[in-house]
Amino acid sequence: MTDISILELKNITQAIREKFGYDFSNYASSSYKRRLLRILDMHKINVETLIEKVNNNNFTKEDFLHEITVNVTEMFRDPSFWKSTRSLLTTMAASRDKIKIWHAGCSSGEEVFSMLIVLKELGLLHRTEIVASDIDKSILVKAKEAKIPVKSMEIHKHNYERYCGSTDIEKYFTKQGDLYAFDKTLLEKISFREVDLVKAIPFSKFDFVLCRNVLIYFNNNLQNDVLKLISDCLFDGGMLAIGAKESISWCEVANKFVPLNVEERIFKKNRS
Amino acid sequence: MADFDFKYRYKAVVIGGSAGSFQVLVKLLSTIPADFQLPIIIVSHRLKHIRSGFVEALSLKSIKTIEEPQDKDPIKKGKVYLAPSNYHLSIELGNTFSLSTEEMINNSRPAIDITFETSAYVFKERMIGILLTGANKDGALGMKAVADYKGLTIVQDPAECVMDTMPRAALAITPIDHVLRVEELIDFFRKLHKHVGPLQ
Repeated sequence: MTDISILELKNITQAIREKFGYDFSNYASSSYKRRLLRILDMHKINVETLIEKVNNNNFTKEDFLHEITVNVTEMFRDPSFWKSTRSLLTTMAASRDKIKIWHAGCSSGEEVFSMLIVLKELGLLHRTEIVASDIDKSILVKAKEAKIPVKSMEIHKHNYERYCGSTDIEKYFTKQGDLYAFDKTLLEKISFREVDLVKAIPFSKFDFVLCRNVLIYFNNNLQNDVLKLISDCLFDGGMLAIGAKESISWCEVANKFVPLNVEERIFKKNRS
Repeated sequence: MADFDFKYRYKAVVIGGSAGSFQVLVKLLSTIPADFQLPIIIVSHRLKHIRSGFVEALSLKSIKTIEEPQDKDPIKKGKVYLAPSNYHLSIELGNTFSLSTEEMINNSRPAIDITFETSAYVFKERMIGILLTGANKDGALGMKAVADYKGLTIVQDPAECVMDTMPRAALAITPIDHVLRVEELIDFFRKLHKHVGPLQ
């Protein structure tokens, strides 16, 4: 059976750290191992060869990162979450001139596009600034291009309908062959930024941070550190959204947050 | 009814199923007693974009309560867990769950293969893998992993499956310890319960 031993895992993780400067040692090992096995399978190599390839520059940092990270996402994933977000943003907008939002781990951008549509439909887009970050530079390029395969539109559309958006989601796109290009005018408010959550330091303050289905790839130690980072990047009274099956109740900064919507995992940072 | 050779001190039962498996799970869960000790981890293909409802429906006739684990939750004795929709469910060393949104496998998320493979790696010979009726091949490679780690493997008898593709795919690629009808599965759990002893 193809498997990666604990020692091999340690060795490849060390090679990646030394060569590329990324530390995967606190990633959740089951999914991390599966990603490595996927790379081995794609290139028909064993771990030893992979380590050699990393050390001999046969893999660029970017290529490696692109293959190891998970970039599966959809627009309006969990429509009920977006309904709740719509209403909480409305409340938030009443007490602020400007809303700063950070999508931590934005992948190919589907969540950001969803947010832009929400803000546009609420008439809040002109008062918003968005930072979309990911560890993977090449996926950020893709997010910037903002083009979605026609075959995936069905699921986005279905989610948007369940979210009860105010129009037809296709209105935000122009069809170009087998792709749908997202309305560029909506993208003006976004700055894309390369951020490795493992070693990031607080770089700005936000009113709303979304970090959904990103923490699941980390072990508890790293989750704890990232939640601390996010907390430091939130204004008092700001909001945090995590994935539907993620939790913050056990972490160091838990006492700084109160739930706004338990089911949808949206929290508010206490005024200290 | 068959006799079962319980060789090890088992730590978990993992059950995978797809088309037709809901009724089988309902039958099993309506007979497994409240003090059944081993954690039972269920991966059932379900509508991807309906987040709730399934666990409630499954709970109706179940003696034990069923819960969907959160990421990094510890696996506890006596519990019945159901893989949440639209996530893969893995078992980590140290007996915790972890979730992921990786690509679908065999058009499935959760994929039975992932839960079987990771639990086989963690529990080795001390797990029991059960694959029920289903219309695709998900779970077959996972069953092979369970067998390779010397865990106990069971498939539902293809002759009584609503869709027999899934158990047949497993039977085709790996030796399976027992091929059981639902009534025999119920008997299996009864005997396993006797062997393991009640939850303290």
